Amino acid sequence: MGLNELHAEVVAGVVDRVVNRYRRDPSCMLQILREVQEACDWIPPAAIDRMQELLGVPRTKIEGVAGFYSFIYTEPRGQYRVLFSDNITDRMQGNRAMMERLCNNLWVERGKVSEDGLVSVGKTACTGMSDQGPGMLVNNYAIAGLSEARIDEIAELIRNKVPLAEWPPAYFRIEDNIRRADILLNADFKPGAALLAARARTPSDGLNASNTRSWREGLPSGIGGPAATLDEIKRANLRGRGGAGFTTGLKWEACRNAPLKAGHQRIIVCNADEGEPGTFKDRVLLAKCPDLVFEGMTVAAYAVGATRGFVYLRGEYRYLLDHLNAVLAHRRRENLLGKDICGLPGADFDIEIHVGAGAYVCGEESALIESLEGKRGTPRNRPPFPVTNGYLDQPTVVNNVETFAAAALIALNGGEWYAAIGTKHSAGTKLLSVSGDCARPGIYEYPFGVSIRQVLADCGASDTQAVQVSGPSGICVAEAEFDRIIGFEDIPTAGAFTIFDQSRDMFEVARNYVHFFQHESCGFCTPCRVGTSLLKNLMDKLHYGSGSPYDFAEIEKLNQLLQSMSHCGLGHTACNPVLDTIAKFRPAYEKRMMQQDFTPAFDLDRALSSARQMTGRDDAAAHLTTEHGSKP
Amino acid sequence: MSHTFTLDGKTIPFVDGQTIIQAASAAGVFIPHLCYHPEFKAHGSCKLCTVKVNGRHTASCTMRAAAGMVVESETEEINDERRALTQMLFVEGNHFCPSCEKSGNCQLQATAYHLGMMSPHYDHFFPNRAVDASHPEVLLDFNRCILCSLCVRASRDVDGKNVFGLSGRGIKTHLIVNAKSGQLADTDFSLADKAAQVCPVGVILQKRQGFAVPIGARKFDKAPISETTEER
Repeated sequence: MGLNELHAEVVAGVVDRVVNRYRRDPSCMLQILREVQEACDWIPPAAIDRMQELLGVPRTKIEGVAGFYSFIYTEPRGQYRVLFSDNITDRMQGNRAMMERLCNNLWVERGKVSEDGLVSVGKTACTGMSDQGPGMLVNNYAIAGLSEARIDEIAELIRNKVPLAEWPPAYFRIEDNIRRADILLNADFKPGAALLAARARTPSDGLNASNTRSWREGLPSGIGGPAATLDEIKRANLRGRGGAGFTTGLKWEACRNAPLKAGHQRIIVCNADEGEPGTFKDRVLLAKCPDLVFEGMTVAAYAVGATRGFVYLRGEYRYLLDHLNAVLAHRRRENLLGKDICGLPGADFDIEIHVGAGAYVCGEESALIESLEGKRGTPRNRPPFPVTNGYLDQPTVVNNVETFAAAALIALNGGEWYAAIGTKHSAGTKLLSVSGDCARPGIYEYPFGVSIRQVLADCGASDTQAVQVSGPSGICVAEAEFDRIIGFEDIPTAGAFTIFDQSRDMFEVARNYVHFFQHESCGFCTPCRVGTSLLKNLMDKLHYGSGSPYDFAEIEKLNQLLQSMSHCGLGHTACNPVLDTIAKFRPAYEKRMMQQDFTPAFDLDRALSSARQMTGRDDAAAHLTTEHGSKP
Repeated sequence: MSHTFTLDGKTIPFVDGQTIIQAASAAGVFIPHLCYHPEFKAHGSCKLCTVKVNGRHTASCTMRAAAGMVVESETEEINDERRALTQMLFVEGNHFCPSCEKSGNCQLQATAYHLGMMSPHYDHFFPNRAVDASHPEVLLDFNRCILCSLCVRASRDVDGKNVFGLSGRGIKTHLIVNAKSGQLADTDFSLADKAAQVCPVGVILQKRQGFAVPIGARKFDKAPISETTEER
């Protein structure tokens, strides 16, 4: 039976099972949609009917949420849904040719569903496999290191309708590629050690976390551990690893001090929605040292008095879910999660994992919280901030995966130990996700303060033209700046380190990033929703050889508007890759310039391309020549 | 100085909990806006009401007033930015004022006049959006939707119906109605709903009333939006 034509009763049965498992809780809407789709291949109207009944929410709400996320389908997309990762590194590794190959093999048009309804082939934003690309997702399961031979094998499996579970496991093997390890990746960590250390800590002179309100809510009185642990985090000068670099101690303290309404609790959220193109270090941390991350969350819970925790795992890392749940189950058995953790009465905390569904903007903490609540992932108006009014209006700490891992080690070894690593303004180490043109792509953990040049030497990069640090929303560094250092005082980063050698066209790099932002804009605010589309159109105009100096001025104006008027960081940074490359790689733009003040975007010959496609013609007589001369 | 702030040099009083735009309106000072409506919870999405507070851009409909704030609104820089946003809204949808029956009563059009918008400036997107004429009394012309979500809020918060919602993402964000068929006729929407009255543009239109008031004698024909009090 074609799974796309499931009977309404079967669909209702699936929905019943999933919705009941989520306690009929509408705040689990996204998780429910995701699991219903795993069973039905899409969200058929009958499933929405049933969800409406069971959850008691209006259809507009369900359709609104489903429509927001790229990986949730309200129209059939086939039994096999193939999405090629389309980061610039995947492009450099030849993903486009492979996508064409698969489409040809399967007789399917890119972006469409095959006529027999079996398969669809499309593209998606970076899947977090830049060190082992090109990558793809099949029904949201990651496959890396694609080759032509592998593409042909996959086509064969799809044609023969082999269930995904029976595909060779080797296809789904994802490498850690740890090339340089330091305190985090080298940590010989025994689960529970950081919690025991935190519990044993007594307040010392010096900092002293501001008050004692939060921990007295659950824990026996007279315990100094939570305040002392918070002091260690402050002493460590730990700053958030997700990119913004907010001081972790201050965030925790603000959450700890936030007044608690009746029936509310404090919440710890681990942001594992690692969506910045070129970043994959959280994937490796979660795969290699999940206990360190979960323990860091538990340390945070202990320090601020939180009782509930979430990991928001990006949809592309769905394949990690079962493993992570197994680690959580083990920790519960070891009394490292659950009630009276480590035998301490009142120390209650547990963690559940929510999986995203293809929305980069959910990496923004307030959008992430909206998504956790089962809503569209739209960033909130701030203030109020999550530390006082976060998940379901409760005080919430949201930190990056790497921040929690560092926090566990700080709880274990103390703040002074940590602060001594790195530089004066940037304590500790940083995981870099190195990819692009180099001999040894993968994860490099360095103490802060390492120079770009050093990283390039270590990973075997030569003839380097540029490095994009921290992904599209970060900065593009040219050769003259390779002595700059990674650190909050110079180049802060969430961890992406994408290398381009002299053969690469930096205009195309910027254009890829602009397309990314356009695709990922949430659409809430006017400047970002429309501005990213306008920017994409301008870059495409340049790409097609119709650019003029006028367009530079337009890009500059759009940048100012997005910077000043956008609702969140996505809009604020959407022009960065273009401005950086214009400033540093001007020739890449100039060679696309018509040497005129203004050239219209409209190109008659290009406008006829759909007519040519429909009539199957591409001969000379089907083309127009314009006064601008031949097109590239 | 407590409980006042300055707006373009003028002293504006406020009470605790008021946003900048609420305090400004109460003092008779106009700040351009589209998604804000005094009767509903602020949304903060159109960004037209952006002002500078102590030198930083922020939406005045979501920012609470605080004593001593220095707010700039009617500056050349901010109005240039507001004009650009208005132009973006014009090119994003299909807005053909001369043939639109909301002309003269349209807040987008009136705002464009207020800001001295002389052209759309950007290339039009010309999106393909269907019209929903299924309902006996009301026409939905999605071509003009600016995603302000006022109808969403009115239907949810006042009418208790959830007739409208937003779906899609990014430039594909669009208004949907609460029916499996996607048609307004299959919802419990009624002309008496608050949601029927809040559209600032020409999406939600009462049928057979289009030109009951002739063009030239309409709300913003009589006075510019900056001098028109808030009741729509």
